Amino acid sequence: MSETKLIFQLSHPGRSAVSQAPKALAEDKLSAIPAQLRRKQKPALPEVSEMQVVRHYTNLSSKNFAIDKQFYPLGSCTMKYNPRGANRAAMLPGFLNRHPLAPESHSQGFLSCMYELQNFLKEVTGMKGVSLAPMAGAQGEFAGVAMIRAYHDARGDDERTEILIPEAAHGTNPATAVMCGYKVREVPVGKDGDVDLEALKAACGPQTAGLMMTNPSTCGVFERQIEAIAKTVHEAGGLLYYDGANLNAILGKVRPGDMGFDVIHMNLHKTFATPHGGGGPGAGPVGVSERLLPYLPTPMAGQRDDGSYHWIDTDILGTSIGHLSAFMGNAGVLLRAYYYARSLGREGMIRVGEFSTLAANYLLKRLEAIGCTAAYPDRRASHEFILTFAKEAKELGVTAMDIAKRLLDYNQHAPTTYFPLLVPECFLIEPTETESKEALDEFVDAMAAILEEARTEPDMVKEAPFTQPVRRLDDVKAARELDLTWSE
Amino acid sequence: MPYIPHTPDDVRAMLDAIGADSIEDLFDEIPAHLKAAGKLDALPDGLSEMEVTRLMNERAAMDAGAVSFIGAGAYQHHIPAAVWEIATRGEFYTAYTPYQAEASQGTLQVIYEFQTLMTRLTGMDVSNASVYDGASGLAEAVLMSLRANRKSKSRKVLVPTALNPRYTAATKAIVENQDVALEMVGFDAATGQTPLDALKPYEGEDYAALVISQPNFFGSLEDVDALTDWAQANGMLVIAVVNPTSLALLTPPGEWGSDGADIVVGEGQPLGVPLSSGGPYFGFMCCKQKHVRQMPGRIIGRTVDMEGKQGFTLTLQAREQHIRRSKATSNICTNQGLAMTAATIYTSLLGPDGLTNVAAHCHANTQALAEKLTAIAGVERAFTAPTFHEVVLTLPKEADDVLAQLAEKDVLGGVSLAKDYNLPNAILVNATEVHSEGDLDLFAVALKEVLA
Repeated sequence: MSETKLIFQLSHPGRSAVSQAPKALAEDKLSAIPAQLRRKQKPALPEVSEMQVVRHYTNLSSKNFAIDKQFYPLGSCTMKYNPRGANRAAMLPGFLNRHPLAPESHSQGFLSCMYELQNFLKEVTGMKGVSLAPMAGAQGEFAGVAMIRAYHDARGDDERTEILIPEAAHGTNPATAVMCGYKVREVPVGKDGDVDLEALKAACGPQTAGLMMTNPSTCGVFERQIEAIAKTVHEAGGLLYYDGANLNAILGKVRPGDMGFDVIHMNLHKTFATPHGGGGPGAGPVGVSERLLPYLPTPMAGQRDDGSYHWIDTDILGTSIGHLSAFMGNAGVLLRAYYYARSLGREGMIRVGEFSTLAANYLLKRLEAIGCTAAYPDRRASHEFILTFAKEAKELGVTAMDIAKRLLDYNQHAPTTYFPLLVPECFLIEPTETESKEALDEFVDAMAAILEEARTEPDMVKEAPFTQPVRRLDDVKAARELDLTWSE
Repeated sequence: MPYIPHTPDDVRAMLDAIGADSIEDLFDEIPAHLKAAGKLDALPDGLSEMEVTRLMNERAAMDAGAVSFIGAGAYQHHIPAAVWEIATRGEFYTAYTPYQAEASQGTLQVIYEFQTLMTRLTGMDVSNASVYDGASGLAEAVLMSLRANRKSKSRKVLVPTALNPRYTAATKAIVENQDVALEMVGFDAATGQTPLDALKPYEGEDYAALVISQPNFFGSLEDVDALTDWAQANGMLVIAVVNPTSLALLTPPGEWGSDGADIVVGEGQPLGVPLSSGGPYFGFMCCKQKHVRQMPGRIIGRTVDMEGKQGFTLTLQAREQHIRRSKATSNICTNQGLAMTAATIYTSLLGPDGLTNVAAHCHANTQALAEKLTAIAGVERAFTAPTFHEVVLTLPKEADDVLAQLAEKDVLGGVSLAKDYNLPNAILVNATEVHSEGDLDLFAVALKEVLA
């Protein structure tokens, strides 16, 4: 595939997509703006025709892998099918043109969707209250830990300075704890993928504000001691935070609220099939137990006795941790999630956990059968599992990264690589419930072919990919000779 | 089964390969008494695409039909058809974060072009790939200023009261957990600007940064050169909060004062993103080159592949949470990719002249609207400063009542400043290029009736 010029390289002075903008105005229409505040030169934006723009970005789109094109088994990312109907519904003019500050009299349709979505999420997570405000998983984490802090502060319990985090956790967990003013203490994970309970007991104390964990964990297994963990943290006076990254594994099967969690965030761009959009937008609603209800971020949707809907803002919930965005979060993403929830209904929700788990366990067994090494061979997979290529790296010099890059040549997106950090040379593989058995089998075939290549032609695998728009990139040069903007 | 492809035969074959009797067996590591069976009864039955589409059509229709003059941080603009036709192509819509660079060159090049566009609009050196929205972007900028201002030991930042109060509230909610304080600076009740006089008490004091909003929440244009020079003379960084449409007409923050703003943030929504009840939007964030390592969020760099061919990749990742964990510049791990892609297409379609024309029409229509409304007895401009595309009007009656009565006529006549500014009779109104002469007249007629 050829290099695509930058949009700026297509620019010619005086060319424009005239129909896209209103006509020029006489300069005297701008006389109210003082000359000293006026821009001296027009911004150097591209001057291109409408068709040039359409062709340029359409061509660029073709340089992406996407769920709509390929199997995309990124662990902990839940790359499931994103229903087209959800997109069309969220793009209806009534939703698209609604101003975030429109009065409640002109917002009943939108508010009713948000109110119902809050209730659906409460039901599937077993929590007592839900706020849809956080705009991404990481912001949901922030809201969750900020609520933990607000809870301790309200009790005058200000000696609690630490958040406990299992060593396999996502990087956002420790970064979030620090953003909320806490220190981080890591808790080791045992050989079977479960948290080292004795180490946790030793780490808990009057300084413990809470524990952040994912269950099933990032090791791809269900944390079997969850009730003992909850008891340990609660007895020390700390609260339990559930990172919803892996909620897809247990949707409809077991609820965080029943496991003893006090606060959770959900990633609707994972579990509720809203698009990842090349890295966003997401949505990270939070759910809480009874004792954290006063601190939920605003605004939320409420319902009056007469059935009409209204906003719950800080004037009603004065103890809230407040607003996390200018308005109410990623509303359009929430509408897509609402569509998905209505589409699935009760039976559909239960099937998500069942079939994502079936797909992962099937794929794991098939990959083991062709000679792949599972990190936790004695455990059930959750909706995802870990392979380690430490043996291949040592014996053949072929790393997990090499295999990941070679998969691209087989038209398979690579799984998550080198995460969690505690398993060397690893893949974290999450097939999701929406992939057919044939798609899973094709991935196994590709892996079998690559393992054979690793034995017979390791140098070739180390140079992959060969079929993509570019070969492996010079990341060192990118960081040393920073080139972050185009100049003619 | 919606979206699940497995036939009974598939399920049987998969279970056989696993060596399990039933799907339920796969959950045998979960303590039985924790299982959710029977606990989801409050959920409704599933609906077909036709049924759920009908439902959503009904809900959406309930909110449609009014003419709106609300701005206050989110603005109506014409969005060319091509923008979302392309942005929602599956190749953009259903791709993940571009961690596998070779298979993500489309997304990566779009971000590189976006970064370039934003630096050209703002007059700054570098841009990131966007953050959640303008308000949370300001919170990130405040935290960044503490890291970037090496001369200051302060954990305090000066913020104008005339900044969008929603930005102030969100920024507070985010930064106060790290013991960062926002000190509020008042505005001139006559002009609606932040005067140098209001800054006098802070002269020689240690603050990490001064926030300057151009235009400010009232739509008023600030004397940005004087404010910038004052802040930098007092050892503070300047954080500019700007509207991207206005930058086609107004001095870019990179040229404010003698040295330019240090960090620039703003709400990107006006660049081709629909109002959509407040999101998804995107926050843009630019800075001077010397501060780039303190900037949070994703950044894309241009490099070469092993054959010397141009390519794009995530760079400076040592700032980010997936590498640095608790020592990262922020916990953010996404950008607002889709909205940012739309903005890149929008800005390319409009070009320098198109965006200038949009900005000019916004300004001229708002001026015309203010003239029509102030022709009504008792309606006056609240402030004297020049404005861009929003203006505060004082009414002879309480704003909240007037707005409610206008809404009954399907005219959404702006936002009330009663609660946030204790100005019970003041409304903030906006017009853009989408408003016709007829729309402006409709507002004037309705307001006259309500005030009669």
